[in-house]
Amino acid sequence: MLTKRVIACLDVRGGRVVKGVQFVDIIDAGDPAELAHRHARGGADEIVLLDITATHEGRGTLLDTVKRTAEKLFVPFTVGGGIRSAEDAEAVFTAGADKVSINSSAIARPELIGEIGSSFGAQAVIVAIDARREGKPAHEAEVFVSGGRKPTGLRVIDWAREAEARGAGEILLTSMDTDGMRNGFDCELTAAVSEAVQIPVIASGGAGSAAHFAEVFLRGKADAALAASIFHFGVTDSRALKTEVALAGVPMRLPC
Amino acid sequence: MIAVIDYKAGNLTSVVKTLRFLGANDIVVTQSPEDVLRADKIILPGVGHFRSTQLLADLGLTQATREAVAKGTPFLGICVGLQWLYEGSTEAPETAGLGHFSGQCERFPATYKTQTERGEMEVELKAPHVGWNSLENIRPDSRLLAGIAPGSFVYYTHSWRAPISPDTAAATLYGGAFTAAVERNNVMGVQFHPEKSADTGLQVLRNFLAL
Repeated sequence: MLTKRVIACLDVRGGRVVKGVQFVDIIDAGDPAELAHRHARGGADEIVLLDITATHEGRGTLLDTVKRTAEKLFVPFTVGGGIRSAEDAEAVFTAGADKVSINSSAIARPELIGEIGSSFGAQAVIVAIDARREGKPAHEAEVFVSGGRKPTGLRVIDWAREAEARGAGEILLTSMDTDGMRNGFDCELTAAVSEAVQIPVIASGGAGSAAHFAEVFLRGKADAALAASIFHFGVTDSRALKTEVALAGVPMRLPC
Repeated sequence: MIAVIDYKAGNLTSVVKTLRFLGANDIVVTQSPEDVLRADKIILPGVGHFRSTQLLADLGLTQATREAVAKGTPFLGICVGLQWLYEGSTEAPETAGLGHFSGQCERFPATYKTQTERGEMEVELKAPHVGWNSLENIRPDSRLLAGIAPGSFVYYTHSWRAPISPDTAAATLYGGAFTAAVERNNVMGVQFHPEKSADTGLQVLRNFLAL
C-alpha cells in the first residue's frame, strides 16, 4: 500500500539550518548535512533543503552544502531556493539533489517548469506555492512570492493547476497563515488544492504534533506533509511521529 | 567494471554515488557499445519519458546489451530502465523496448475497482505513483531481492508500469498489482529507485554487486 510521506525540511541560511516563525524571527538550529542524516536515520521519508535567503539576496544555492548533505543520503532529497534557470537546476542535480523546488522563479517565468522537466523528468520538479488567505475561503487563497513578501494576485488553485499542466511533478503548498505557529496545517486549503490536481500535494506550515499530521492526511487529503521545527531541538523524531500517525489510521512506512 | 549507461534521461549522480558508497570503484558512465560489451555488470538507470530510450537503439546500445546479456553479463534496469526490458510502452508506442520480457508497459488507470465495506466500488487513482510502497510476493529464488522481507518499503516515482508475468520477482499494489522487480537469470529490473530506498534499496544494490 502506498504510504503517506513525512518530510523533514531544513531551512538553510548561510550554510546553517535556521527556523523562523511566520517567515521572520530566525534562530539557529544546526548543520544541514548532520541534521539531514539524523532525520533519515530517524525515519523521515524524504528530506527537503530550502535555501531561504537565496531569492532576495540573489545568491546561488549553496552547492557545497547540497553536495555534503547528499553524499550519504539514501532517501529522496529536494533542494530549493535561488533556482532561476535549467542551468541552476542542473548544478543542484549534479551536486546530488533528486528534485528541485522552484517558487518565485516559476511565477516569473512559468516555462521554467517544463524546461527543467524536459531534461530531468517531471518527477524532479516541485513547484512550491506560498499561500495566504487570512480567514477567507480556501479557493480565494492568494499566491505570494519572494519568501512571502510579495503578493502576486494569483489564486492558489489556478496556479497549482497551471503548474501541473506545465509539467510539475509535485506541489509543495505552504500556508503562510499557519506557518511556524504549531497549531496544525491548513487542511481546507490543502484539500482544495489536492482535489484540484492529480499530482501529489505536500502540505507545509503549522505542524506541531502527530495529530496535526494525521489530520492533514485524512481531512486535508495531503500525499505528504512537511515540517521543520517539530523535528528540531529533539521535540520528536519521525519514527515516533509516524507510529502515532499510523495509529490514527494513516498508512505509514513502518518500520523505518 | 560496471557500465552505467547514460542515455541523457535524468540524473545519474544518485545512482553512481550510491554504487561508490557500496564499494564499487570501477564505474564507467558511458554511451559506448564497447564499454557495455566488456563490462562485468551493466546498469541502466533512468527516470523520465520512455521515448528517451530511443537513443539506446540509435547508439547501438540495444544490440550491445543483447549480446552482453546473451553471454551472461548481469544487467539491472532501474525505473524506465526496467520498462525498457519489455516490448515497449504506451508512453511512446513508436519506440521499441529490448523485448527481453514479454508484455507492454501501460499507464496507471484513472480508476480501478476495489472491494470495500459497501461492496465493489470504482475508485479514482492518482498518477504519478509517488512515494514509499511495499514489496509483496517476493519470489523466494530471486537473487536480486535476497534477504529482503515481504512488506519492505521502497521509493517509487512513475506513471507507467510493467505487467505481472512469470518473470515478476516482486509485486507492488497500486490500482492493482504491477511488477516491482523482474528477474530471469542475469537480467533484472526494478521499478522503484533502490538508490533512494534507504536500507532496503542498498540491500538490492548490494545483492546485484555481489552477483
